[in-house]
Amino acid sequence: MLQDCTMAVQVKVPTILRPQTGGSKTVEASGDTLDAVLKDVDAKHEGLRARLVDDEGKLHRFVNIYVDDEDVRFNGSLDAPVGENSTVTILPAVAGG
Amino acid sequence: MLQLSQEFHDRIVAHARRDHPDEACGVIAGRDGRPERFLEMVNAARSPTFYEFDSLDLLKLYKDMDSRDEEPVVIYHSHTATEAYPSRTDVSYASEPDAHYVLVSTREDQADPQRPEFRSYRIVDGVISEEPVEII
Repeated sequence: MLQDCTMAVQVKVPTILRPQTGGSKTVEASGDTLDAVLKDVDAKHEGLRARLVDDEGKLHRFVNIYVDDEDVRFNGSLDAPVGENSTVTILPAVAGG
Repeated sequence: MLQLSQEFHDRIVAHARRDHPDEACGVIAGRDGRPERFLEMVNAARSPTFYEFDSLDLLKLYKDMDSRDEEPVVIYHSHTATEAYPSRTDVSYASEPDAHYVLVSTREDQADPQRPEFRSYRIVDGVISEEPVEII
């Protein structure tokens, strides 16, 4: 099968969000910012983005997202640049009171 | 039910006492639901009322577990002034439906501070279910 060469970003999905991806640990997407990648993922796996981004368009504080091992909170949040062969890792924060 | 070795039980209690009055936190990773590898984590919040794994520590931890085919079997933390029961914040952050959430209390006004309250829960979709802890 021909591989679409623009679909090279790997998105790693945590256990809690795998019901949204049909059980897949990793999904492929395209986009040059985190926002674009998440929108692309959401087009195929509807509902995933809503678990990560709130109504005001900000990342939920319950979740950490990394582009190539860098926490996007320190790199533009949803505007964080994503390279063609980047890996986006989504992890729920481990925290509490 | 959570089955835990005496050693892991004692290490959780020792960590909680050492970090008191701040909350202590950590993970016991393992396979097939068996707690095997004890990993103390730093509480990045360094707070008596909140704990949080540092975001880069968290990434490193999950990559490490992934490469070993492990899961977080136990996620523990301490409450330093209240009982060993999940707070509303604990429930809102809980996102490992297969993990045992272990709470230990280091509060001074408990029945027997030599044997601190040590309890375990499942937290799934916002619902807390306590489970027995068997020390083996």
